[in-house]
Amino acid sequence: MAGSPAFSQPTGLRAWLLSPEPTSRWQARLGRFYLGWRTFTKNPLAVMGLGIVVLLIVVALFADVLAPYSPVIGGDLRTQRLLPPNETFWLGTDDQARDILSRIIHGSRITLFVVVLVSIIATPIGLLVGTIAGYLGGWVDTVLMRITDIFLAFPRLVLALAFVAALGPGIENAVIAIAITSWPPYARIARAETLMIRNSDFIAAVKLQGASTPRIILGHVIPLCLSSVIVRVTLDMAGIILTAAGLGFLGLGAQPPSPEWGAMVATGRNYLIDQWWVAAMPGLAIFVVSLGFNLLGDGLRDVLDPKAAK
Amino acid sequence: MASSIANGGGGHDALRFYLTKTAQFFLVLATTLLGLVAVTFIIGRVVPIDPVLAIVGDRAPAHVYERARQELGLDLPLIQQFWIYLKKAVTGDFGNSVLTTNPVMTDIANAFPATFELATLGTIIGTIIGIPLGVLAAVKRGTLIDQVVRFLGLAGYSIPIFWLGLMGLLLFYAKLGWVAGPGRIDVTYSYLYTPITGIVLIDTAMQGQWDAFWNAVSHILLPACLLGYFSLAYISRMTRSFMLNELAQEYVIAARVKGLSEMRVIWRHALRNAAVPLVTVIALSYANLLEGSVLTETVFAWPGLGQYITNSLQNADMNAVLGGTLAIGTVFVLLNLVSDLLYRLLDPRTR
Repeated sequence: MAGSPAFSQPTGLRAWLLSPEPTSRWQARLGRFYLGWRTFTKNPLAVMGLGIVVLLIVVALFADVLAPYSPVIGGDLRTQRLLPPNETFWLGTDDQARDILSRIIHGSRITLFVVVLVSIIATPIGLLVGTIAGYLGGWVDTVLMRITDIFLAFPRLVLALAFVAALGPGIENAVIAIAITSWPPYARIARAETLMIRNSDFIAAVKLQGASTPRIILGHVIPLCLSSVIVRVTLDMAGIILTAAGLGFLGLGAQPPSPEWGAMVATGRNYLIDQWWVAAMPGLAIFVVSLGFNLLGDGLRDVLDPKAAK
Repeated sequence: MASSIANGGGGHDALRFYLTKTAQFFLVLATTLLGLVAVTFIIGRVVPIDPVLAIVGDRAPAHVYERARQELGLDLPLIQQFWIYLKKAVTGDFGNSVLTTNPVMTDIANAFPATFELATLGTIIGTIIGIPLGVLAAVKRGTLIDQVVRFLGLAGYSIPIFWLGLMGLLLFYAKLGWVAGPGRIDVTYSYLYTPITGIVLIDTAMQGQWDAFWNAVSHILLPACLLGYFSLAYISRMTRSFMLNELAQEYVIAARVKGLSEMRVIWRHALRNAAVPLVTVIALSYANLLEGSVLTETVFAWPGLGQYITNSLQNADMNAVLGGTLAIGTVFVLLNLVSDLLYRLLDPRTR
């Protein structure tokens, strides 16, 4: 922040937000948020990442309106198959004479679905395992962390592959498989944070007031671990997208005719040499979206977790 | 834990320290491997396909079904089944592959050299290019080269590897014709040498089949560069941050004050100190390439472990999938432990 004496006094809303003596908890929170937002917006790449992610959400929400054609039903198979990008079909058409742009637009829903669901499943598991292990310590800690290490001992995609092989292909099973492989790093982080929180005075105070262990963990430890875990989850989202796309590419994710990006690349593989756009376009979409999540995660880390920035 | 053995001798203490460390090391290794076996066992149990039905067919009478179930040991308690599975796994017996009819272990042994060859070359490429890039980015912090390294790193974390592989094939194989296409070697050359190590580059070179050697080189070049890029993205980023850390140390200032040339300060003094954590990073990136190789091998029809797993997957060949998963998991664990050990060996501060 500008430390020069000539710094002009903020007025209006900004003054209220930046007030050194907030009059309510709500104001203090908003003020903290505003400061974080200012740090965040100083990083143009992070803002770009946020833009990409917002764009993904908007496209997914309004896919029906935005997509010019049906993502599943193709056009005339005699004349509209495998057309290169042109004015009617901006990104060309695939082997079923379907508009690739429309398929990518609808595919954004699947990508978002996977990312959101995996985070919703994996984050609580990681948080619970990590905080319980860290707070209780002793043999519980040893056992839980050994289990975490075992899951970390598999390369993620390979473990997800094995799970999908057992559960059967499909988008839901892919989500479950990716979630099962995602929680261990969150547990590690939550445990490390808990170890720092565990011995602080306020926990002792809560304990003296008679709070039960579940209450302490859920009400006092987990909220403090949240921000670093959220940063990690955001940084992980690109990895989740890539794993899901990899499963789709191998035919183990969403099943046809669902417009999953990885599966679309797999289709395009058959036409790679003469109709490159069929494989190139969906892959580009995967790249842009995971880049967006990576940039956003980097920016969030700088704001929420300045220690880990460098 | 003041035991009576340590009666003053410093050598004794150190020895005991190392013995405890070694014991801990093997304990961790053993429990992790046991866990890997347990996870694959559990995965194998949740398969919705009834393995008995798969053998006897769905029209078999009840007594045939029951006998097959007993032969497979599926009527035993789960814990006993796990014990049998574990005993077999220790001896390397994962059953036979339905697809190739060979024992899974033989298939894995055949496929492993191909993966090893590819991942090793990838790591070499990534290290040779990644370290100088990372050093340059740290020295010229904030300049164009720093931005380029940052972008390369970010892109490496964001590009789907299978897609980049396909685009590489399109450009360098189909359009430019600089490299050979999928596979390890052209069929015409594949009978010119006898596989000894299973690593084509070494086999052909040892037997003086230089035509075959260069053909193999042109096959491996693209997939190795692809894996090399992903390894480079990681290694250059870590090198940069280690070097920034070292360049801020006082010994660097001291070296400069002594009048050493900047080249010497950077490459001899700072890099040497950054080298210790870098060894760990290289070992980790090697382990990560195992994961990348699954998709890369599928794209390039590379007959390694990754392709073996995906092929078996598509044919619901669970023995092969679980055996392959366990093999990759074991190599992954060993590499992680090796990187940990190397760190302890190389860095005197951890002793």
